[in-house]
Amino acid sequence: MKALVSVKRVVDYNVRIQVKPDGSGVVTDGVKHSMNPFDEIAMEEAVRLKEKGTVTEIVAVTIGGAKNEETLRTALAFGADRAIHIKDDGEIQPLTAAKALAAAVKKEDAKLFLCGKQAIDDDANQTGQMVASLLDIAQATFASKVEIDGEKAVVTREVDAGLEVLEVDLPAVITTDLRLNEPRYLKLPDIMKAKKKPIETVSLADLGVTAGAGVKTTKTAPPPSRSKGIMVKTTDELVEALKGKGLL
Amino acid sequence: MSKILVIAEHADGQLSAGVAKTVAAAKGIGGEIEIAVFAADAAAVADQAAKLDGVSKVLAVSNAANANPVAAILAPQIVELAKGYSHVLFPGGTFGKDLAPRVAAKLDVQQVSDIMAVHGASSFDRPIYAGNAITTVEAPEGTVVATVRLASFQGVAEGGSAAVEAVTVDAALPSHTRYVKLEAQKSERPDLQSAARVVSGGRALGSSENFKVVYDFADKIGAAVGASRAAVDSGYVPNDMQVGQTGKIIAPELYFAVGISGAIQHLAGIKDARTIVAINKDPEAPIFEVADFGLVGDLFQVLPELTGKL
Repeated sequence: MKALVSVKRVVDYNVRIQVKPDGSGVVTDGVKHSMNPFDEIAMEEAVRLKEKGTVTEIVAVTIGGAKNEETLRTALAFGADRAIHIKDDGEIQPLTAAKALAAAVKKEDAKLFLCGKQAIDDDANQTGQMVASLLDIAQATFASKVEIDGEKAVVTREVDAGLEVLEVDLPAVITTDLRLNEPRYLKLPDIMKAKKKPIETVSLADLGVTAGAGVKTTKTAPPPSRSKGIMVKTTDELVEALKGKGLL
Repeated sequence: MSKILVIAEHADGQLSAGVAKTVAAAKGIGGEIEIAVFAADAAAVADQAAKLDGVSKVLAVSNAANANPVAAILAPQIVELAKGYSHVLFPGGTFGKDLAPRVAAKLDVQQVSDIMAVHGASSFDRPIYAGNAITTVEAPEGTVVATVRLASFQGVAEGGSAAVEAVTVDAALPSHTRYVKLEAQKSERPDLQSAARVVSGGRALGSSENFKVVYDFADKIGAAVGASRAAVDSGYVPNDMQVGQTGKIIAPELYFAVGISGAIQHLAGIKDARTIVAINKDPEAPIFEVADFGLVGDLFQVLPELTGKL
């Protein structure tokens, strides 16, 4: 079966985010970018399913400008067989992304659509669910375990109350959580091989998608900061201080 | 005027605390507030929802298919109900995060995730980059579909007496998704997400057995117990106890970080705590930079001492 994995290029998770002084957004120019860590987990899962023989072909897909090709090359180095670059230089919001990705799932006739549960830039946590909704297929979000059994998948999900298990018919969307797997380190030969793998470029229009009205960001500000408090020396001092504030 | 539909989350016949917080956000928007309860038999939970202050009506949607909170089953029913409303709001835990986008896509609107402040009917604050930046956003025309960041709102009080209306929703429900089970961590302690006091342990605890000092102290002060990602990844405690950017985001009155260094991802989960107390062996630990009270010391001495003194 074919798996489609969507990967997003985001500011690297180690970068300390700076808000622009004029409040127009966060600084992204000249800042290290990499694949969204949750999408790396999705890629890794697809590769493991291929190694088990469940998945026969992995297609990586991304949406964005020219620089997103790097992210696709990373996906190809992970083990994707080929990639689709949905090229667009504008801001892509989740529903627009989902429409394009849903069109790609259809075009490819993929049985599995995998992506991270959220991207660490906008933290929207929407795209996977929207793809499933638009295609009227099953979704299993926040996956920490995936077992494919013929035309079904049994997925363990990390929910607030514990671990929930769903059985879904394929095709299905699975969004990946942290504890699903630990993505591999990419080796040089794989990175070299990835350079020769094919990337197909399409536009939103090619997929029949036009971006509708979006959520408009009017201001971006740093969060209110907490200041350093009081250091106490003994447990007695701590108990006294907390009781003094009516906290204990 | 706004007409707001709040989707109720519940488990084991109990309305979740997040619903009162979602109603608080709805009150910030203003207008008429109604709650929809989906369950096999929605009556009991609907009665609880009807008590929430500011709610004018509760829709009880009883259907055997609604026995468990499966997004693919609930979404078509919510889409059907949403027709008469200007806003559909979801509590922002995993329940709402799973479900809301499925509804928004069908309504063909971009969704607003994690609203943390309300400026008007379509203007909200929401965090990006794990709370390292806060954006003010304007939702587009059409139904506003949003999830509410629970740590940012105090739940409304009880004392209301809204009318409960049993409703039948005519929507085709898919058969592609089947609920199997929930492996819940049963605990007599307060719920981590809504507790007024929380004690979290970190990697320094060293083992699952050693967490006992954390539990003993928590029980003494009636607190819920949480953990850092490091403690969860080391297998000391189950994943649903994780506090942080990728775990639970909480806002207790009093938070104890015990043996937790204070990685950015952990701090993202406790930013809204009223008072933070840090206990750590390392005087340079970043957690002390944000703590209201800090105590440098060995947790295995400090915690039992505290437990004994209270």
